[in-house]
Amino acid sequence: MNSSNKFAFSRRSFLKTSALASGGMLIGFNLFTSCATNAEPPVDLSLLNFNDFNAFIKIADNGIVTIFAPNPEIGQGVKTSMPMLIAEELDVAWKDVYVQQGALDKDHFTRQVAGGSQSIRQAWEPLRQTGATARMMLVMAAAARWGVKASECTTKEGVISNAKGETLSYGDVVLDAAKLEVPENVTLKDIKDFTIIGSDAPNVDIDEIITGKPIFGLDYRQEGMAFVSVLRPPAFGQDLVDFDDSKAKQVTGVTNVIQFGNKVAVLANTTWAAMKGKKALTSNWKEGTKGENTSDHDSILLGLLDGSKFETLRADGDVKKAFAEADQVLERTYESPFLPHNCMEPMNFFADVTAEKIKLAGPIQTPAWTASRVATLLERDEKDISLEMTRMGGGFGRRLYGDFALEAAEVSSLAKQPVQVVFSREDDMTDGIYRPAIKYRIAASIKDGKITGYHLKEAAINANMYDLIPNFFPAGAIENYQVDVAKYDSNITTGAWRAPYTNFLSFAEQSFFDELADVLKVDRINMRLDLLKKVDKGADERIQYSADRLEAVINMAIEKSNWGKTKEGVYQGFSTYYCHNTHVAEVADIEMKDGKPLVKKVTCVIDCGIVVNPLGAKNQVMGGVIDGIGHAMYGELTFKEGVPQSSNYGDYRLIRMNETPEVEVHFIENKLAPTGLGEPSLPPAAAAVANAIYAATGKRITKQPFIKNMG
Amino acid sequence: MPTYKITINGSEHAIDADIDTPLLWVLRDQIELVGTKFGCGIGQCGACTVHVDGKATKSCITLISSLEGKSITTIEGLSEHGTHPVQQAWKEIDVPQCGYCQSGQIMTASSFLEENSNPSKGEIREAMHGNICRCASYNSIEKAVEVAAKNLS
Repeated sequence: MNSSNKFAFSRRSFLKTSALASGGMLIGFNLFTSCATNAEPPVDLSLLNFNDFNAFIKIADNGIVTIFAPNPEIGQGVKTSMPMLIAEELDVAWKDVYVQQGALDKDHFTRQVAGGSQSIRQAWEPLRQTGATARMMLVMAAAARWGVKASECTTKEGVISNAKGETLSYGDVVLDAAKLEVPENVTLKDIKDFTIIGSDAPNVDIDEIITGKPIFGLDYRQEGMAFVSVLRPPAFGQDLVDFDDSKAKQVTGVTNVIQFGNKVAVLANTTWAAMKGKKALTSNWKEGTKGENTSDHDSILLGLLDGSKFETLRADGDVKKAFAEADQVLERTYESPFLPHNCMEPMNFFADVTAEKIKLAGPIQTPAWTASRVATLLERDEKDISLEMTRMGGGFGRRLYGDFALEAAEVSSLAKQPVQVVFSREDDMTDGIYRPAIKYRIAASIKDGKITGYHLKEAAINANMYDLIPNFFPAGAIENYQVDVAKYDSNITTGAWRAPYTNFLSFAEQSFFDELADVLKVDRINMRLDLLKKVDKGADERIQYSADRLEAVINMAIEKSNWGKTKEGVYQGFSTYYCHNTHVAEVADIEMKDGKPLVKKVTCVIDCGIVVNPLGAKNQVMGGVIDGIGHAMYGELTFKEGVPQSSNYGDYRLIRMNETPEVEVHFIENKLAPTGLGEPSLPPAAAAVANAIYAATGKRITKQPFIKNMG
Repeated sequence: MPTYKITINGSEHAIDADIDTPLLWVLRDQIELVGTKFGCGIGQCGACTVHVDGKATKSCITLISSLEGKSITTIEGLSEHGTHPVQQAWKEIDVPQCGYCQSGQIMTASSFLEENSNPSKGEIREAMHGNICRCASYNSIEKAVEVAAKNLS
């Protein structure tokens, strides 16, 4: 134990314990905030409604620990790694820990969201404190029984020992512990004493996944439930005029057809019948707002970049002057298309709306926000709503938006029966909330062989980069630096997509740096390292990347990738990036075949602080790299008069196994608090490949997808 | 509505369904075996893969009317307690991220290894290319198929 890890603030306000009628102890706690003072944990497990706390630990009298994981699981592994933090400080064997997905806490929600790679970063201290507090209470109970001081007792894997060598298991003292006051001060373990954090822990749902157990949203069933297929506008901007359901109603299994707003729901006793019924509907639509074309977007965004209507998000020095005095200016424009999310499990949700209550269930990244929107939509009290989170067949940002849950609630309310709204793949791809098309123009001014100015302009559909993104590298490294943004409001729905903005910004900047180094006739990687040396550490609180940590990942990537020492026919490309508080460097090795690149290997070095679960972390990093490459190479959704031009995997290409590189992952070992991991490996991947393609062909790709724009 | 006699995971079923009903929806909504997943409905993603008379088949484009007298194995029937060498390899490598595509991946891999028990890396990559994993757990899937091949031989 390390006394410097002592926490002095009150724990009583956010943690409560209770003896269970069934034996054992229940610890209710609120993850990221103190609880309301009158909150009482439920004493009967069957009443576990999570109204007072958003997370629970149950310690049974046989010593088995059950942790109710509070954050939605979308494949990023927090259902495994967050309980690991509790178990570490509770000092129990990981094999004795069971993890269950918690339901929504409507009253005291702070951050029950999966997104932005923030789950572990924000849970790091609160979850460990909770585990440590529970452990302390068990020790106090054992000490009282023995008549010794708690400080003379030690714990290991769920067993308490005293100086005389006597032992009691957690299960033996759990009922006594439940009656104790919650201690004010606990100490956290020293990092070197960790036994669970930093060890490989397999996915907690692995047995259910490999045997096909019903754990996903689409597997949710309730007696009397209708499957629902929804007809939505065929083009963005269109409104429903009328529809004819006579043929749909003749389809075997179709039980009801209901219009709601601009949409028509077909209810049936199987998913197939609902989908068939929808296809049998005939409908007429009129233009509400104008249907848009990709070619229009292209010229509008380029027009914005050429124009002068920008909002300036960061301005250092005098960019105008630097460019006016330059010997040379390098300017490039980078272009990206719309992207659908394409979660493997299509959007879906269950709703049962009755006069008494509203039951919602399904895969959602934002349970609290969704429940509150359903309450507003149906003019109901939020207290009537319960929301059960299922495992999610992918998220990537799409499941932040509860549009599908709102549809289910509305249809259930109108049909007066429980329903499950199911998107077909075509619905999923054409009724998306897409990664918007974005274009960047980057210019650098050069004077006396030095970079004197850097001007980044963004033109995007619907929304611009936000938060600290304008302060990422090379902000702080170049004296005259400016980020300007402009946007065009479209009627096509857009939103977050894995690593929003940086997923393409990183490609633009890291491609540009390579080209800039060539113009300066300096080594491409050294140029980046030289820029990092110019960063004035701590001078600007908006600059949160660490020049030292970026330098460390870059140097390790050079070493691990055998940079510059490849065999003939193999070409390498380098890229580095900071986002979601994590520092990454990547090297792609490619070969060319019939004029097309084959990505053979990617070496990824990543600094995300302490790695809680190396096995899960490696999976996240490998997936992010391949995802980044796949979408840069093939991904594109275009529009014609508001109609998406791809609708299924016959005309939309996702990366497949025979196209994937081997990804070699190296973590920087340090003792710093964990940072984001679900997203940061994705953004640098595209530029690493593009820079390798340049090394192989001498051609610079500035537009995604590569496969279409390689010329 | 016609009735079809098919064997599913060793049990005989008499199924009432329209002739154009895909096997996927019979399994999921009529027999309530939901381990077989819906991904695209056009046979392009492989999430719905099952075995028909031992051969990997995409159930979303296989009509019930073509299956009279045939024997179907789904992920639930691959082994009684998840002990099939392919399932065990998936567990050993800890393949899944979101996990949604994995039952289809496992069914494709188990059928492929029946035909080719000692595949090369290249053969594995080709055999599995019909199954999309959106989380891109491809490196792990590849490794797990290699492990399963070793365990089977």
